[in-house]
Amino acid sequence: MAIRVKAIALRILTELKHDKRTLALVLFAPVLMLTLIFFVLNSSLNNSNVGVLNASSDYYDRLYENNVTATRFLNEKAAFDSLKNGDITAVINIVNGKSTIYVDGSNSQEANMTISLLEAAKKVPQPGRPDTVSDIIYIYGADDLETFDNFGAVLIGVLVFFFVFIVAGMSFLQERTTGTLEKILSTPIKRWELVLGYVLGFGALTVIQSLLITFYVVYVLGVMMVGSIWLVLLITLLTAVCALTLGMLLSAAASSQFQMLQFIPIVVVPQIFFCGLFQLSPGWDVFGRGMPLFYSAQALNEVMLRGNGFEAIALDVLVLFSFSLIFIFGNIRLLKKYRNI
Amino acid sequence: MTAIYNCIELTNINKFFGDTRVLTNVSLEVQSGTIYGLLGPSGCGKTTTVKIMSGILNATSGSAMVLGKEMPSLSVMNEIGYLAQSDALYTNLTGVENLKFFGKIYGLSGKSLENSIKKVLELVNLNEDLNKPVFAFSGGMKRRLSLAISLLHGPKILLLDEPTVGIDPLLRQSIWDELYALAAGGITILVTTHVMDEAEKCSQLSMMRNGVILATGSPEEIIRGSSSKNLEEAFIYYSKGGDGHSR
Repeated sequence: MAIRVKAIALRILTELKHDKRTLALVLFAPVLMLTLIFFVLNSSLNNSNVGVLNASSDYYDRLYENNVTATRFLNEKAAFDSLKNGDITAVINIVNGKSTIYVDGSNSQEANMTISLLEAAKKVPQPGRPDTVSDIIYIYGADDLETFDNFGAVLIGVLVFFFVFIVAGMSFLQERTTGTLEKILSTPIKRWELVLGYVLGFGALTVIQSLLITFYVVYVLGVMMVGSIWLVLLITLLTAVCALTLGMLLSAAASSQFQMLQFIPIVVVPQIFFCGLFQLSPGWDVFGRGMPLFYSAQALNEVMLRGNGFEAIALDVLVLFSFSLIFIFGNIRLLKKYRNI
Repeated sequence: MTAIYNCIELTNINKFFGDTRVLTNVSLEVQSGTIYGLLGPSGCGKTTTVKIMSGILNATSGSAMVLGKEMPSLSVMNEIGYLAQSDALYTNLTGVENLKFFGKIYGLSGKSLENSIKKVLELVNLNEDLNKPVFAFSGGMKRRLSLAISLLHGPKILLLDEPTVGIDPLLRQSIWDELYALAAGGITILVTTHVMDEAEKCSQLSMMRNGVILATGSPEEIIRGSSSKNLEEAFIYYSKGGDGHSR
């Protein structure tokens, strides 16, 4: 009966209304995390410091044009001391056209960027020959796409999944441990009414959460977003329902809240690694295909970075929907353990 | 009482959890309008028996008939009020919110829900402020709120699992007064307890130990049948193998 489903859903929302901390965790912790990741990724290396021992003044000038801060050193000792101190990342020495680069490789990303900048400065531009320069046309993305733009889309899915999984799992676990689940099951409620009530209650919460996160990422952090925001919401909502029903399901296997937390490294973290946030060597990505977040990430990239429509994500949406359905039926079945009818 | 059937009738109930045998050939009959006590130490199978009556658990074998129907049955569950051993309340919610939630789960709404809430609060004498969250309630208030919740839908049968455990004597007395009033109003009550003197307040009694019913009858019959001075002695007598069927 609809009245029972509604009662369960409303109760979940009322409980959250009284428990402001949990509500804040679901709504604002993802926003805080996104902001931190945004600043960490986007404040990274925009210029390099290098030392120059021997080089033509032309080369020296071209380094400046390439945004490299170069310092001339008169002897090797001074240059290497500076390298050891960490003031500069590399030292270049060009003798008779043959260049030698000494580099601090302890931060590979920084080192690689510096090497490529040093190499690039060796090329003498030919102003009269524009045909030697390639025209670059961006099919997807843009030339000012920053690291966070690649991550932002996928991160929406990851954060929604993480927080909904925890909160819904904990909530249902509490229902088991305090005896309220048994009390509810001593009434003529049907098992599916209970599960559906949970999905609707937390579903309402995740609508608000998805709206907040998506709008924040797109309009405040200014992440590249060329697709439809409604499709983004659809994907995040399905991701949330997956996380919610999986959290409920796994709470049955936990006997305390601490045991619920133990599912994070087992269930959530591998999904983050395999969902497409990191470039994986071929073969490894096969593992991702068994995980809901993979499809969520793939769909979010299609919409936000590539601007594709529903056709492009239909399969991902279908898979996410199927995951949710399987988890929902799993929950209804599992409640038989508590009441057979 | 002109009941055509016993209100609750368990016949040869056996219950296993995995390989562990919890109940062995439990049979008991509860007539309408009585306060029936199930007396035994903790771990003897009282809670399991009550859960089978309430429809939460299925017996491994045997039959559990309640109001003439084989349990579990959703329609009969609507006629049962179940008070579990722990106060199954949502501590974040206020007292009123708890009442309203469970009322709706029983299918009540609007005016009839309001009226039911008013009625049960009077029944259990709960007139403190119910608009504060349950975690701020005293133990006694939580018990009475739980009792009120199990009465919301006007059940014909009340199953109470250790309703007075950990409660001060005054409040225990007032809960028993309420139970007498409910029984007088036609509700059949089954109470489990491990306290001997509490069992004397019941009109009918079954003594239980290690999943087996030792003796059945009114408290006086049980005491007389074992030539003991009190229930405690009777319990020891029957535990050592005395014939339990005093009727």
